[in-house]
Amino acid sequence: MAVADFSSTTTSGRGFRPGLSAMLLGLAVFLAVLKPFLPAFAVRLPDAAVLPYDVWFQSLFDFLKDDLGLIYVTRTISAGLEWLLDITANLFYGKHRWPYIGPMPWAAVAAVVAIIGYALKGWKMALLGAVTFVWVALVGQWEIAMQTMSVIAVAAPVAVFVGLVLGIFAWKFPRFEAFLAPVLAIFQTLPFFTYLLPAVIFFKVGPTAGCVATILYAMPPMVLMSTLGLKKVRSEVVEAGHMSGSTRWQMLRHVYIPSARTEILVGVNQVIMLSLAMVVLTAFIGMPGLGAKLLSLMNSLKLGRSFEIGVTIVLIAVTMDRMSKAWVVTQPVHYERGTPWWIRHRYPLLAVGAFIGITVLAQAFPILAEIKRGQDLSIGSEIDSVITAILSNDVVTGVTGWLRGFLVTSVLIPFRNALLWLPTISILLACAAAGCAVGGWRSAALASGFLAIVAATGWWDRAVITLYSVISAVCVAALVGLPLGVLAALKRRWSDPILIACDTAQTFPSFVYLIPAIMLFGVSDVSVVFAIFIFATVPLMRYTIEGIRAVPEEVAEAADMSGATRMQKLFKVQLPLALPTMVIGVNQAIMFAFFMVIIAAFIGTQDLGQELQKTLAGNELGKNFVLGMCVALMALAFNHILMRWSEDRRKTLGLG
Amino acid sequence: MPAQDPVIRCRNVWKLFGHSPKNYLETAKGGRSFDEIRQDGYIAAVRDVSVDVGKGEMLVIMGLSGSGKSTLVRCMSRLVDITGGEIAVDGTDIMKLDERELIQLRRRKMGMVFQSFGLLPHRTVLENVAFPLEMRGQDRHDRRERALEVIKLVGLEGREEYYPRELSGGQQQRVGIARSLAIEPDIWFLDEPFSALDPLIRREMQDEFLRLRGMLGKTIVFITHDFDEALRLADRIAIMKDGAIEQCDTPDKIVLKPATPYVAKFTEDVEKSRVVHAGGLVVPVNGYALEGAPVDAGATILQLARQLVNDTREVLPVQGKDGAIMGAMKRQDALDILLGPV
Repeated sequence: MAVADFSSTTTSGRGFRPGLSAMLLGLAVFLAVLKPFLPAFAVRLPDAAVLPYDVWFQSLFDFLKDDLGLIYVTRTISAGLEWLLDITANLFYGKHRWPYIGPMPWAAVAAVVAIIGYALKGWKMALLGAVTFVWVALVGQWEIAMQTMSVIAVAAPVAVFVGLVLGIFAWKFPRFEAFLAPVLAIFQTLPFFTYLLPAVIFFKVGPTAGCVATILYAMPPMVLMSTLGLKKVRSEVVEAGHMSGSTRWQMLRHVYIPSARTEILVGVNQVIMLSLAMVVLTAFIGMPGLGAKLLSLMNSLKLGRSFEIGVTIVLIAVTMDRMSKAWVVTQPVHYERGTPWWIRHRYPLLAVGAFIGITVLAQAFPILAEIKRGQDLSIGSEIDSVITAILSNDVVTGVTGWLRGFLVTSVLIPFRNALLWLPTISILLACAAAGCAVGGWRSAALASGFLAIVAATGWWDRAVITLYSVISAVCVAALVGLPLGVLAALKRRWSDPILIACDTAQTFPSFVYLIPAIMLFGVSDVSVVFAIFIFATVPLMRYTIEGIRAVPEEVAEAADMSGATRMQKLFKVQLPLALPTMVIGVNQAIMFAFFMVIIAAFIGTQDLGQELQKTLAGNELGKNFVLGMCVALMALAFNHILMRWSEDRRKTLGLG
Repeated sequence: MPAQDPVIRCRNVWKLFGHSPKNYLETAKGGRSFDEIRQDGYIAAVRDVSVDVGKGEMLVIMGLSGSGKSTLVRCMSRLVDITGGEIAVDGTDIMKLDERELIQLRRRKMGMVFQSFGLLPHRTVLENVAFPLEMRGQDRHDRRERALEVIKLVGLEGREEYYPRELSGGQQQRVGIARSLAIEPDIWFLDEPFSALDPLIRREMQDEFLRLRGMLGKTIVFITHDFDEALRLADRIAIMKDGAIEQCDTPDKIVLKPATPYVAKFTEDVEKSRVVHAGGLVVPVNGYALEGAPVDAGATILQLARQLVNDTREVLPVQGKDGAIMGAMKRQDALDILLGPV
């Protein structure tokens, strides 16, 4: 009762909201019903009213690039990056560039990774690192894997450094933070194709462009996490620094940054994972490496070998994720006085020793340096035939074929057509109604304004098709993910392994999710929805489990003592309290879906993603940008409504 | 107070939090109560405080949470800029110092201990203690020597290489104390140093603190919310409420003559004979015929209890530390304190 009273008093000032929002929704439905009588401009914006935004942006970019000479700045940056990339390329896979030392023997790299793993978290981590790199070498993917790693080895440190510097500025100057926040929000929702084309045009084709796109894509969380960490440094620690007579620089160097270590390292972890996710996708602009190989294998439907590469990518992702997370939680441990230096520094010494030792040994046994074609243990083609056999099995083809036919003809196509049939004005009003319900007229204006811009660009139909894939997939994901999440959360024995599985699945680069989709459903709308669905289910389950587990023990016990049955406890106590967190999960599922739907252009769609992919072939920067903004704005509209609701609800429930 | 200048001198110090406190303070100068100021949209953390701290003196600022005691000590160390009034340290107005001079002041003269220790988690005990020395650029060997010296002083020998999280609360605060003493400050600020510790450790640390204080003879400003702790440690106590000082006096006087009902509420339950010293009951000698052995001014009435009960003299002479007779103590006054008024 107390909760209900409280919420009614806090919202009484905006009590008109439900009424207004219902009115807007009613109007939307009313106009949809009246569609045949509506004037044409309310159904679709007439072509004449679509202004040539792409041309304008194109000339803006041309102006920046040529007239203002931005191209010279970016070319200089390219030259610097290229120099770094050449060094890592030489060391990692022996590209013929200065310093002409590489490539490092695979066994030496694997040994060093294992030792790092041991130093961070004991023998299990060592085993994970060793298995990953030995696998990569044994299946004969060392060179392409190292092509990918050599870009990450440059992109991740640069993104960390630039992100940290921007984060420090945002923390020091609130105005800069206020400016940066919306820019980063857009950066995080822009489809990756929109990073790629400008990168190519401004930064030269090849690894440099891939590297730049990766840096830009991976940087935002680093900025946010460093600002957050610096803000959270305890005031007493800061005061102790001041009272010790620290100058501003000493404060930053010795007090703030070390005290914000945890958040900064969480940022580093995210940078590494996003770098990997993006660097795989740079295959679309011709970057060699794991992504490119995967792309070409999937193009020729060699699913077994795609599967092998998928395993490689996943192993690398899991290793890098676990190791950087272990780094976050490592605490310094003291050595007793008089411990000799070689024990204090035993891990670096061991790593250097192992590296030199194996490199020398590799002179005698070349197999330790390089596993050549024909020596590898790849069973890709065997898997190919097994998968082909399974997939051509009558039962499997029967089930998937029926499912595909049923979904396409009875669910997906009708739903898509219905969405396309709706007049633009109805969708805008419905969106305004949702915005109004959560945050008053400002949210309504913001959310429907975002969609109105999309309509104004003239890409409305394509945008609606994108929306259709996203909504269908997220609905399926919710139908599967929410019940599973609830079940897992209620059984403590299950929830830990499932949480770990979700965490792991979240580290997979999105590209990997296309493999099972194509395997099962071939090239169709169903496989698009399926790929988005598995990608989006992960955050849904994760946040459901976390939301329910975060319900205070005492509240659950109070429900038990009030004589609630399990069902009553779940529906009256646990779910209402977990709902704000679950909605964050839904929001993330939608953000993930908008990301995946663009990648699914590879399968063959007719939406914005497809148009975006087409722009990559040319140099239509303006069009690329307009399309990218359309995707970002739709995502931001959802993001605004859901996050606003979740925040308000948390406040009302007093969840902090 | 001795005639020499005070080390810290606060005059009409104000600290307001709010939209534009300086303007507000100028227009509504004085006269307004804490609640009136709050209705105007400002929080008065420190309200018109004037207090001096003499050389070698220990001033304890006592108040409940939110009374402004922590803000006042932060004004004195200029961790917080004051809104109005004047604070002088060794005769220099600290509000007039620029950043560099302020850093110099802190590097040479001030040390501070914090309630939750404020240790740097990534540094060992030794590195934490040497931190202020490192900040002022002392070379590695020197600062190690000095740090080891203070670590020994606070009894943490053998723990130099530990990290803060490997130590207990009491040990962590010893590190905080050692760090604040590393630069040999003249002025020592302690902001509720023992509040985060459990009662047994607190008692132990108070004894330890009294030992250090006796050895070092520094000027000390000590913050606490614990009235017993204040009585146990202080030369003088300043009791704060709603940002203002209710009463600032020696423990004896506070217990004997609470200035306001608020102060009286604290003194009510205190067993006065433990707090009041013979010196606190001294009256001028005129008129009394003093005879017999004098009592020590520094002895509490409780310590003198047996003698007071058995003695037959009407008045007892009281002698100060130097052995000279300070004045007389009426036996009846002392018995009243011991047994309660008739």
